[in-house]
Amino acid sequence: MQQLISNILSGMSYGSVYALLAVGLVLTYKTSGVFNLAYGAQAFVAGAVYFDLRVRHAWPIPLAFLVAVFLVSPLLGVFLERALFRYLRTAPPVARLVTTLALLVAIPQILKLWFGQNPQYGTQGIVPNGDHAYNPFGTVFVNRDDIATIVITIVAVALLTLLFRYTALGLRMRAVVESPRMTELAGIDADKVSMASWMLCSVLAGLAGVLLAPLFAAVSEINYTTLVVVAMSAAVLAGLTSIPIAFFGGLALGIVGEVVDAYLPTNSVLASNLRPALPFLVLFLVLILSPSLRNKRELTDPLAGVDPPRPPPAAAVRSRFLTNATRAFGAAAVVIAGYYIFFHAASNWRDVAIQATILATIFLSITVITGMAGEICLCIATFAAIGACTTAQLATRFGMSVLVAMLVGAIIAAAVGALLALPSLRLGGIFFALATLAFALFFENVMVKFDWVGGGALPEAAPRPQIGSINFDTSSNKAFLVLCIVVLVIVSAVVYAIREGTTGRVLAALNGSEPAAASIGVSATRARITVLALAAGIAAIGGGLLAMYEGSVNYNPDFVYFQSLFWVVLVISLGSRTIEGAIQAAIGFAAFQIVILNQVVPWIVNHVQPWYHMGLPPQTLAIILLSIGAFTYAKHPEGVLEFQKARSLNAIQRGIDRFKGTDNRTESSGELAPPSEPFSPAPVSGSS
Amino acid sequence: MSLLVAEGVTKTFAGISALDHVSLDVNASEIVGLIGPNGAGKTTFFNCLLGILKPNSGTVTFDGRDLTRVPTYRRARLGIARTFQRIELFSGMTPREHFLVAERVRNGKGKLWKDMLFLGMPTAAEKDKAAAMLALLGLEAVADRPVEALSLGVGRLVEIGRALMTQPKLLLLDEPSSGLDRNETETLAGKLRALQKEQSIAILLVEHDVELVQSLVERVFVLDFGTLIASGPTAEVFAADAVRRAYLGDLV
Repeated sequence: MQQLISNILSGMSYGSVYALLAVGLVLTYKTSGVFNLAYGAQAFVAGAVYFDLRVRHAWPIPLAFLVAVFLVSPLLGVFLERALFRYLRTAPPVARLVTTLALLVAIPQILKLWFGQNPQYGTQGIVPNGDHAYNPFGTVFVNRDDIATIVITIVAVALLTLLFRYTALGLRMRAVVESPRMTELAGIDADKVSMASWMLCSVLAGLAGVLLAPLFAAVSEINYTTLVVVAMSAAVLAGLTSIPIAFFGGLALGIVGEVVDAYLPTNSVLASNLRPALPFLVLFLVLILSPSLRNKRELTDPLAGVDPPRPPPAAAVRSRFLTNATRAFGAAAVVIAGYYIFFHAASNWRDVAIQATILATIFLSITVITGMAGEICLCIATFAAIGACTTAQLATRFGMSVLVAMLVGAIIAAAVGALLALPSLRLGGIFFALATLAFALFFENVMVKFDWVGGGALPEAAPRPQIGSINFDTSSNKAFLVLCIVVLVIVSAVVYAIREGTTGRVLAALNGSEPAAASIGVSATRARITVLALAAGIAAIGGGLLAMYEGSVNYNPDFVYFQSLFWVVLVISLGSRTIEGAIQAAIGFAAFQIVILNQVVPWIVNHVQPWYHMGLPPQTLAIILLSIGAFTYAKHPEGVLEFQKARSLNAIQRGIDRFKGTDNRTESSGELAPPSEPFSPAPVSGSS
Repeated sequence: MSLLVAEGVTKTFAGISALDHVSLDVNASEIVGLIGPNGAGKTTFFNCLLGILKPNSGTVTFDGRDLTRVPTYRRARLGIARTFQRIELFSGMTPREHFLVAERVRNGKGKLWKDMLFLGMPTAAEKDKAAAMLALLGLEAVADRPVEALSLGVGRLVEIGRALMTQPKLLLLDEPSSGLDRNETETLAGKLRALQKEQSIAILLVEHDVELVQSLVERVFVLDFGTLIASGPTAEVFAADAVRRAYLGDLV
C-alpha cells in the first residue's frame, strides 16, 4: 500500500509534465490547426538551454529558469510561427504535418551543434536540493523536484484557464480556432492571435522541458521525443479538442504508467521489452479504441471552400514533343551514367549506385502511400526492417534461397501492413500518421529485441544471392548492382501499372472526395488495406536488398524509426507524386552524400575556421539541410524538383511555341483559362 | 412494381425527431419529387436511403432487397446513384477521368493483381462509353480540364454523368438546382428529362425549387417537420391546403 502511494506520487510528477505537454498540443492544434509533432523537440530546446545555463554556467535558478522558459521558448515559438506556420493556416493538413515532422527531425540536430552531440549528465531541477525526499507518512517518499513540478503545473493550468475564460485574447484565440478567415472578416488580426498562441504553447513546452529534466539522469532528445508520445496519447484521448480531458488524461497516464511499471515482473523478457514500449502501446491503443476519433476529419476552416481553385498541373500543358524529348534526355542520362559507373568509375561509385537503387525501391512505397493515397505513413523503415529480418532469418537459419526469402519477407510485410490498416482504417490524416509512428516505435522497442526478429545480440547475417553460375558476391558488386536495378525496374513498372490502372484511379478518386467515391461504389476500406499492404511489400523488398548488400541486418542505423521520418520528409519534399520523384530523391540523396558531404563539406570544415571548431558531422548537416527542404512542401506539394522541372519545361515549351508562332494558349503562363462558355444553354436532344 | 420502398423510416437526433415514420415509394423509370421547406428532413431522409445515416426504425428495400445492413458503397453497386447538394467532385481529375473511374468501378475491375500485370488500363470500349457520356451531356469542350476550372453548373452535369456511368436503376438527386441561376436550372431540367426518357431510369428528386419540381415530376411527396404531410400526383398535391401552409404560412 505504502509502495502504491509512493508510485502514485512519483507518477503524478510525470503525469504533470505529460499534462502540460498534452494541453500545449491541444492548444496548438486548436489555435493553429497544427498537430505539432515537434513539440517534444521544442521542450528539448528549453531543457538544453536550462541545463547549459544552470549546470554549465552555474547561473542562479530563477534567472536560468526565466531565460529558458520565458525568453528562449517564446522566441522559438514566434520564429516558427512567423517563418512557417503563418503561411500554413490554409494549407492542407498533410502539409502542416510534414512541416512539423521536418522540425522534429531538424530542431534537435541543429540544437546539438551547440549543445553537444552526446547526452549531458548531471541534470538539475528548479529547486535547490531537488532530490531531497520528504517522508510525510512514514514510508512514503516524495522529493522536492516532484513537489515543484506538481505545484507549477497546477499554477500554469489555472492561469491558462483564467486566460481563456476571462480575457479578450482568450476569446480571440477561441474565435481563430473556429475560422481564421471569419475572425479576420470580423476585424481581428488573426496573425497576431496566432502568434500569441504559438508563444503561449512554446512557453508550455519550455516549462515541461525544464520540469522534465531532473526526472532523467541526462538531457537527451530521445527522452523528450519519447515522452511526448505519451502526451500525444492524452491529447488524442481528448479528441484534440478538450483541454480539461487532455490535462487529466496526461495526469492519469503518468500515474498508470508508474504503477504498471512497478508491478510488471522484472525477470520476463516480454515485460522488460514492454516497459520502454508502454508509451507507444498506449498511443496505439488510444488511437484505435477512442470512439471520439471515429471518422473524425481534421480541423478545416469552414470557409476554406472560398479558396480559388488550384492551378492545373503544369505537366498538363506540355506538348507531346517536349514530353518525349524530356524522356529521351532522362533515359540517355541514365544510360551514360550507368556506362560510366560500370566500366570506368572507381568501385565506390558502384556502392553509391547500389545504395541509390535500393533506396529508390524503398522510396517507391512512399510514392504509393503518400503520392497515390494521400496518407502519411511513418513506419516505412519498419516495413523495410521486416523484409530485411525475414530475408536474413530464412536464408541463414533455414537455408532458403535468399531471393525467395526476400519475396516471402515482402509477403509477410504486406500482411503486417494489412493488419495494421485494419484497426486504423477509420483514422484519417494525422491520426493515421500517429498510429503508424506508434507501431514503428513499438516494433523498435519490443519486436526487434526478440531473437526470431532481430537476431539477438549480433545482427542477423544475410548472404548474397546466387543464381546458377552467376554469383552476386561482394568482389565487384557489378552483378549485384544489376540485380538491384532489375528489382527497381520491376517495382517501378508495377507501381506505374497500378497508378495508371483501376486501383490508382480509385485512389485518386478517394483522395478527391470520399463520399463521392462511395457513391460510385468504391470501398474505401478495401482501397486503404490494399495500399498499405502494397507499400509494406515494396518497402520490404528494398529492406531485403539492403540486408543482402550490407551482409547483415543493421537495424540501427538502417531501419530506426527516425529513418522513416527522414525518408518521408525527403521524398515528399522532392516529389512523391511520381515514380521519377522517388528515384530522383534516392539519386539526389546518394549524390548529396558523396559530393557535398564527402567532398565539399570536409573542404569547408578544414578551410573555414569557425566551422572547423564546431566539429560538424556530415550526416547531421545532411539531415538538417534535407529536412529544411521539406518546408517547401506546403507551397509545392508535388515536390520542389517536380515543380522546378515543370517550370523550366514550361519555359522551353513557351520558347518553342513562340519560335513556331503557334502560341494558341494564354499568353501569361501555362495556366488554363476558365471555360469561356460556362454552361451551354442549348438543351441536349437525344441525338446530340 | 415499386423499385424503391421506404417504410416507416424514423430518425431521431439526441431526442429530436428528424423523421417520423416516413414512407415513400418510387416505381421503375418514374420521376418522383420529395419537397419540403428547409429543415423538413429531406437530406436526413436522403442519407437514410443511402445508408450514410442509420434509421432508428423502418426499412428501406430496393428491387425487393432489404438494404438495412448494406453499406453505402454496396448500395451504389446495386444500382442507386446519387448527386450531392454541395458538389462533390474528385479534385484534380478531369470530367473524362470521372466517367472512366465510375465505369471501371462498375465493371468491378479493381483487382490489384490485374493492375500489377498491366491489365488494369482502360479498354477502348470503356473509353468510348466515357466519350459517349461526355457527348450526351455536352461536355466535350471541357472533357480534359481539371474539374476545379469548371463552373458550378458544369460541375453538376459532371456529377450527373458520373452517377449515370454506374448504370443505375435509380438516380437520387439532392437539390440539383441549388447554386444555379434560372437559365442553368432550365437547361438542367431539359437534360434530365431527355436522359430519363432515353435511359428509362427512375429519379428521386429532392428539391425545394417548386417550379423545377412541377415541371419535372409526376408524383410528389411533401415533408414538413419530419412527417409526410402530402403525397400524390403533382398537380393535386400543390393544390392541397397543407402544402400551401407549409410553404406559405397560414395567410393564404
